[in-house]
Amino acid sequence: MTRLRGSGLRVYTLLYLAFLYAPIILLPIFAFNNATVIAFPLQGFTTNWFVQMAENPTLRQALLNSLLIAVSASVLATCLGIFAARASTRFDFRGKGPVMGLIMLPLVLPEIIVAVSLLVVLLAAGVGLSIFTVILGHTLICMPYAVAILSTAFSSLDKSLEEAAYDLGETKWSAFRLVILPLVMPGIVSALLMSFTISLDEFIIAFFLAGNQPTLPTYIFSQLRFPKSIPMIMALGTLLVLMSILLLTLAEYFRRRGVARTGQTDTGGFI
Amino acid sequence: MATGNGTETGQGLRLIAPPLLYAILLLAVPLLTILAYSFFKDGYLTIVREFTLENYLATWADPIFRTILVRSLMVAAMVTAVTVLMAFPVAYFLSFVVAPERKALWIFLITIPFWTSYLVRVFLWKVILGFNGVINSGLKANGLIDEPLKFLLYNTGSIVMTLSHSYAPFAILPIYVALEKIDRSLLEAGRDLGESRLMTFWRVTLPLAMPGVVAAVLIVFIPTIGDYVTPTVIGGGKIPMVANLIQAQMLDIDNKPLGSAVAISAMAVVTALSLAFLFLNRRFLKVRA
Repeated sequence: MTRLRGSGLRVYTLLYLAFLYAPIILLPIFAFNNATVIAFPLQGFTTNWFVQMAENPTLRQALLNSLLIAVSASVLATCLGIFAARASTRFDFRGKGPVMGLIMLPLVLPEIIVAVSLLVVLLAAGVGLSIFTVILGHTLICMPYAVAILSTAFSSLDKSLEEAAYDLGETKWSAFRLVILPLVMPGIVSALLMSFTISLDEFIIAFFLAGNQPTLPTYIFSQLRFPKSIPMIMALGTLLVLMSILLLTLAEYFRRRGVARTGQTDTGGFI
Repeated sequence: MATGNGTETGQGLRLIAPPLLYAILLLAVPLLTILAYSFFKDGYLTIVREFTLENYLATWADPIFRTILVRSLMVAAMVTAVTVLMAFPVAYFLSFVVAPERKALWIFLITIPFWTSYLVRVFLWKVILGFNGVINSGLKANGLIDEPLKFLLYNTGSIVMTLSHSYAPFAILPIYVALEKIDRSLLEAGRDLGESRLMTFWRVTLPLAMPGVVAAVLIVFIPTIGDYVTPTVIGGGKIPMVANLIQAQMLDIDNKPLGSAVAISAMAVVTALSLAFLFLNRRFLKVRA
């Protein structure tokens, strides 16, 4: 009975996974398909779309912009996240609920609201729209994810390790650097990778705040209207998917190493 | 607490100051600004700082706004229902059937599609469902249809399906976490006391999983209302939702006070609905607390 029920659920879950992966599996198929129209039957193998992609100067600029934004936003978000995660897991202070609520708010706020409100303030303050303003926005939306990952890392710390360091004459800062930081390092790397992935993929904030500078998602969005560019976008999408999988696998690897290092049992997942 | 509460508050606040300051400057201040803007007058290229309710009156008197708001709510409600109902068995499978050491791998597999280029994923549904898309060209090549099926794309149904696909992991993870927290001995107790498997699920598992279901509902419902990409790409611009309206007011028409009023109105409706939903489910949420 149990096995039967389990196998029904397993089949359902596998079908569900097929539904989740269906669109992604089409990407490489059409990226290598020798036809300008995305349709069956397939027309033979080509790498032309990848060549076209590599030779596109606007795309290269968009990629550079996106990388610059993603690196800056992930470093900033993780640094800010370290403060918030450390404070919320180590200290019990008044106003902690509302303070953490505000920091985590972007998680449940539609991104369009974040984008619109930032746009209004930046324009009112006379800040010109550029890559820099996108970094500001992306840091804000990546911060809650970084805090969530880092809180898990910090909360699993054994407090007595820190106290032992104080007893052995370490100062607050050196104890943090020598004892705590190495233990939460996997969490930090994981938060960096996660924030990087989110920023690289974020569209609506970049759409509002980038001015006339292209980022990868805004460039892709602008090209979706032109049927001629679609095969190239398929090639680009294939590479982006591969990169995301690589980054997430790394993030997951570091998260698990962190779990193992602090001696917990693995509960799984980015939550 | 050996250090005493006063110093602990001080230490905690000092430590959290940088991220808090960032969130105040780039989140609280901007949100308050659009709230203020929504009560200001639009003076063509400038904003006239004069209190008025005109923007809200104009917003709510506009039949287009009401149509779009109702449509967004309907779409979000359908997406939420579909996503959560489809996600529950998956979360149940992860929590109750999968061996503990393989859980992380399964969750990883489920989250990967979610993190891969949102824009490309949404567009791929257009490729799949389109007039000359994968389904139509595939069916035609096999001789199953002569004319492409037109009902696949550019309608509310295809928007709902694309959004359900996008937000799937959002629903699975909270339910999974709630199921993981259930003390397995409670289920055994239910069985020992003579309940059938189904009744144990209905009277023990489901009520205990409700906090996760409630979280899943909110976590899917709130962002889907504000989705911009899917109605634009899948709806072909013909089925706008609230985000499209906000974008049009803010950028194309450039009436920031009116755009702010639309944004605040939509947010107020969403918040009210979310709170009402929490209130209706308060009995389940109290169990855990």
